[in-house]
Amino acid sequence: MEVVDIHASCDAEFIAEVEAESSQRIAECYQCGNCTAGCPFTFAYDIPVSQIMRLLQAGQKRRLLTCKSIWLCATCESCTTRCPNNIDVARIMDVLRHLARREGYAAERNVKVFWDAFLDSVEKHGRSFELGILAAYIAKTGRFWPDLGLGPKILPKGKLGFKPHPIQGKKQVAEIFRRFREISRS
Amino acid sequence: MSVYAYYPGCSGLGTSIEYDISTRAVCQALGLALADVPDWSCCGATPAHTVDHLLSSALAARNLAQAEDLDVQALITPCPSCLTNLKTAMHRMSDRDFRGKVNKLLDRPVRRDLPVKSVLQVLVEDVGPEELASRLPGKPLAGLKLAPYYGCIMNRPPELMRFDDHEHPTAMDRLMQTLGAEVVPFPLKVECCGASFGVARKDITARLSAKLLETAQDLGAHAMVTACPLCHMNLDLRQGQAASVAGRQFRIPVFYYTQLIAVALRLPQDAIGLSKLCVSPNSAFKAMRKALRP
Repeated sequence: MEVVDIHASCDAEFIAEVEAESSQRIAECYQCGNCTAGCPFTFAYDIPVSQIMRLLQAGQKRRLLTCKSIWLCATCESCTTRCPNNIDVARIMDVLRHLARREGYAAERNVKVFWDAFLDSVEKHGRSFELGILAAYIAKTGRFWPDLGLGPKILPKGKLGFKPHPIQGKKQVAEIFRRFREISRS
Repeated sequence: MSVYAYYPGCSGLGTSIEYDISTRAVCQALGLALADVPDWSCCGATPAHTVDHLLSSALAARNLAQAEDLDVQALITPCPSCLTNLKTAMHRMSDRDFRGKVNKLLDRPVRRDLPVKSVLQVLVEDVGPEELASRLPGKPLAGLKLAPYYGCIMNRPPELMRFDDHEHPTAMDRLMQTLGAEVVPFPLKVECCGASFGVARKDITARLSAKLLETAQDLGAHAMVTACPLCHMNLDLRQGQAASVAGRQFRIPVFYYTQLIAVALRLPQDAIGLSKLCVSPNSAFKAMRKALRP
């Protein structure tokens, strides 16, 4: 078992920040473990979700913002749906990755690169452009081979467009991103 | 004729084009008129809510504002991920303060509270299995054994989605049974398939999808039926990757539920899009015909 000296390392401000941004009360978790029992991603997590809740109660900011689990949560809502105390655990996981981004952490870099490539595509075209996202992901990660086998399966189906589907209001969508960045800076 | 605002979602233009085609065809055949949300944009999908909840709500909300030009009772979408984003945005905007912040990011503010539903919900609640049955030539899919897979967010969290059961949904089961198909007792109806990690962590997606495919195969299902473009991609396009992880062969066709309704209604082939599936559906139809032989 891991021992954490919370007198020395509990960051109360961090707890308050997560509570404010998620609208959840962290102290309501009584560690029943139901979230971890139902979480399909526990096998891939470095910290199971119920332990994330416990470390959060202990204000272990750095430990949480540098972990892999927060990047591997798919927001499948098992934990939120099954929590006996009605804690929106999936929303807390989301807020933890928001904070990790702001502090410059991304323990699963490729996951972040993929999500960023997706949003870049939306900012540029107004809609997501699947092949463009894949190309941007490959350019940034150098990972090309893992999915090469899928090409012959999907290309003949004629489903993947080689051009984006820009919309008339793409400037309005780009403006959403611009205004968001503006208020995030202030 | 009821008119609904229709939000196809980006994948409907690409990887899940057969879902969009068959959804439109089935709605038309069943008397539901669809008016596309004018100049709709991406809802933000998973990536936006992992960055910030205000950004993700604003990206979804632009579409709610665009839909206000239409004279409709509700906005419907086939995709559970779009559904969650649109519903979450609408739900969070019931807080006036949050709504104000979202509207500040938009050129055009959201003024109305338009109900947002899945196409599945409308087919079950506004059309209903009985009306569907009355339009069918008997039980066209008798003999076909299906594993119904709903995906993780069609019904969860229940306070937000407000449709069907969150642990054991049956909406799609009922529609498939109406077509004459047999629905196997599939225990993983709402287990996650690995969602959008297929590109960055396909090891995870393959392992989770393999569990679903193995269970469906072991229950003797001829095919799986789903309502989600992302689930479909993981189970159909990436079926080979799942097989490598599981160490066994899969040959399980994966349909969109709207494709099977379209088949049963005998709609034209180009309104069903079976040729767009990566795993050929022929084995399922063959097994269905074989089951019917005396």
